[in-house]
Amino acid sequence: MSGLAHVFEAAGIPTIVVSLIREHTVKMRPPRALWVPFELGRPFGPPDQPALQTRVLEHALRLLAAPSGPVLEDFPEEAPHSASAETGWTCPVLFRAPATAGTQQDALRLAVRREIAMLRPWYERALAVRGRTSVGVSGLSIDDVLEHLCVPLLAASSAPNAAACTADSLRLAAEDLKAYFTEAATAQPGTVSSATVLHWFWHDTSGSTLLRALQAHFADSEDPTLRLLSALLLVPRSQA
Amino acid sequence: MARLTDLPPSLAHHLADLECPTHDTTPWVNGPPLSGRRVAIVSTAGLQRRGEPTFDLGDSGYRILDGDLPASDIVMSHISTNFDRTGFQQDLNVVFPLDRLRELAARGVIGSVARFHYSFMGATTPEAMAPTARALAPLLQRDGVDALLLAPV
Repeated sequence: MSGLAHVFEAAGIPTIVVSLIREHTVKMRPPRALWVPFELGRPFGPPDQPALQTRVLEHALRLLAAPSGPVLEDFPEEAPHSASAETGWTCPVLFRAPATAGTQQDALRLAVRREIAMLRPWYERALAVRGRTSVGVSGLSIDDVLEHLCVPLLAASSAPNAAACTADSLRLAAEDLKAYFTEAATAQPGTVSSATVLHWFWHDTSGSTLLRALQAHFADSEDPTLRLLSALLLVPRSQA
Repeated sequence: MARLTDLPPSLAHHLADLECPTHDTTPWVNGPPLSGRRVAIVSTAGLQRRGEPTFDLGDSGYRILDGDLPASDIVMSHISTNFDRTGFQQDLNVVFPLDRLRELAARGVIGSVARFHYSFMGATTPEAMAPTARALAPLLQRDGVDALLLAPV
């Protein structure tokens, strides 16, 4: 972000960087930057906090009044603590014990299919309330997302559509699967922290077992793009 | 929360060790009072219109986010798994605060909101993005932008 600030400012356009990693901003010295104490992925703070978002935005834009730079200021507010609000959060559906690493591929597919079906009312509620969904980057329906992710794992690795499974198509399908689960999980009223939702997904669902199975499947692949998928692009470092 | 000390150790080390280009000087452009400025957002969240080509590894390009684009048409194809997406899923303004920017324009805090906004994908190195950004600058200037909010993810 700070690198782009140098380019645009040098081209004659005044810039303001919102900074999430203060150390990077200090090193790169963009003209104007506002460091915010929010988690990665949330540069303007938690969702559905419009007043806080506005305060961040106004603070950042007012750095344009500085007569010279570089300017780096710290936003003075922390994200509101939501622990008390999320104590009531429970998984919106009661899954059976999730599939494990030893589950046969067909059984794993059926387990994830069942979870998708059980989450569907919650996913649809989230869609209706928000009027949008982030599911869809793969271009597949959620049922086809599951089928696509299962192709490499099924016994017939020479299945007719195996060639259609590239590292990129699998990555995007994995993103859609995760988004479907987490959008459904956050459909209930009230607030829940990202850590709670991610812990639920990565520890209590067969959906995550499927992604870990793919990660293991490609760990020693001859294809470097699939090895990269396995190493970095399916499971976050915090859950590895 | 984005303090390195609050992150899982492997992610904190990865971020601390990331090479950052250094700059001996910092460019600086002045402009009119905020109430007269036209503001655009450039995000590095890998945002794009639904159905457009997705961002992939090393992608140094940008995607255009037309101000008229409904929120329901904006998706994210950033390659990193190491940041929260649940906030974005619940509220687009968490990463792309266009609604808030429009409110500031309506209150007269800023002059106006640009017609077009843009997204890069921040896992690409700054050096690789620089030529594309230089090519984008004239488009922003043609839109009258004199305040550019650069939003990470």
